[in-house]
Amino acid sequence: MLAGVVGVQGDVSEHQAAFRRAGEELGLGVETVAVRSSGTVPDCDVVALPGGESTTISSLIRREGIDDEIREHVGAGKPILATCAGLIVLGRNDDSRVDSLGLLDVTVERNAFGRQRESFEAPLEVEGLDEGFHAVFIRAPVVSEVGEGVEVLAEFDGDPVAVRQENVVGTAFHPELTDDYRIHELLLRGQDD
Amino acid sequence: MGEIEGTDIEGLKRGTELVKRGFAQMQKGGVIMDVVDAEQARIAEDAGAVAVMALESVPADIRKRGGVARMAPVETNEEILEEVSIPAMGKVRIGHEAEARILESIGMDMIDESEVLTPADEKNHIDKRDFDTPFVCGARDLGEALRRIDEGAAMIRTKGEAGTGDVAEAVRHQKAIKGGIRKIQGMNTEERRNYAREIEAPLPLVEETAELGRLPVVNFAAGGIATPADAALMMRLGCDGIFVGSGIFGAEDPESMGRAIVEAVNSYDDPAALAEISRNVGGGMKGRSKESLSEEEQLQYRGN
Repeated sequence: MLAGVVGVQGDVSEHQAAFRRAGEELGLGVETVAVRSSGTVPDCDVVALPGGESTTISSLIRREGIDDEIREHVGAGKPILATCAGLIVLGRNDDSRVDSLGLLDVTVERNAFGRQRESFEAPLEVEGLDEGFHAVFIRAPVVSEVGEGVEVLAEFDGDPVAVRQENVVGTAFHPELTDDYRIHELLLRGQDD
Repeated sequence: MGEIEGTDIEGLKRGTELVKRGFAQMQKGGVIMDVVDAEQARIAEDAGAVAVMALESVPADIRKRGGVARMAPVETNEEILEEVSIPAMGKVRIGHEAEARILESIGMDMIDESEVLTPADEKNHIDKRDFDTPFVCGARDLGEALRRIDEGAAMIRTKGEAGTGDVAEAVRHQKAIKGGIRKIQGMNTEERRNYAREIEAPLPLVEETAELGRLPVVNFAAGGIATPADAALMMRLGCDGIFVGSGIFGAEDPESMGRAIVEAVNSYDDPAALAEISRNVGGGMKGRSKESLSEEEQLQYRGN
């Protein structure tokens, strides 16, 4: 199985490591690739859009033609995980500085908690995981509007911070920054069905 | 949504090592650009910068002007902070905890304890663990990098020789860091213990670095990067991202140069793409070689 992490900017190697570890946990042979140009996403079984700066990521994936390949990947019903900046790029937002893809029917508010000094870690209950998840929020967004067909997997302080729409999973926090790979496992399992 | 009341939410923690190092991880593969006002900050964000670094004047101008270089005025930092949606960082003098507290208080996203400014303390750097705001510090070799990480730095950058447009020192420093890591990987426990004493860094940090085969925090390049090719070169040497100081706003066309350097960092291993990116960016900053500077004029020897 090939897991592609969109690698134009952000915490790419962390997602690659998380997919590998999740694969080991599930007994699946998972190879990973950092996607920095077009031509690779079509070969990927599962894709991640990492954390980083949504302004930079959205502009580079368009320049490289990776945006259309992500559209096709999602259109074909293949799984994708979008974390933090990735969620901003995959959903919709009102900020003209980010060219978002609108592939997840949610509106995302950037930097919703404030600046870096407001970044935090906290325990979270996530739907579909039997035990709590330790979540790291870095200059994190929140989901401000949820469309029909979107399931809220987790809330923090009343706002959705993890959502799922069929095979598209988005989190405002960073499951790739801790040693808990259960959210990456969810994505790989989806593929195994 | 408003600010969360920390006391209402059980188990919420801010300013932890995970949160500070994680911030630096989000900058990877990106370009952080020096800016002196809101207008430059806007241009940098539009060009695709992952963050901006606020300062009173770019290193090349600090060199020309001479005198004592300090933290930029609070108003300058605030003006830049308010202009952009990407992170805004600010520089403070080495060892100047009060400047750092001021930048933390106004909400700068990261603090650069920088040799580009005139050091406030010849011997000691700031105790960075004590801050909720993450720090980046310069280093010329592995020992210096590990001392800064031990003090709490969440990101290391090469010192290079700022404001020269000469990439040679950044190359030297990055190779020294990587070479140092290869050296400790080949050491046994006794040798590592001696090495840790020699560089005045704790043994567990030396062990961790040897096991990881890289610094345990994000490692950027800085100091003298002036062209898309310079940025690509530093990425090829294993850097996680790039700081560009005078190289953007000292160029003939800052917007094109900024965008080209951002693209070059993504396409660093694709020569044909780099050639395309390097077309029509106009002239780079004028620059001067490190060799033309006296030892006193060189900034990299500030700090220890």
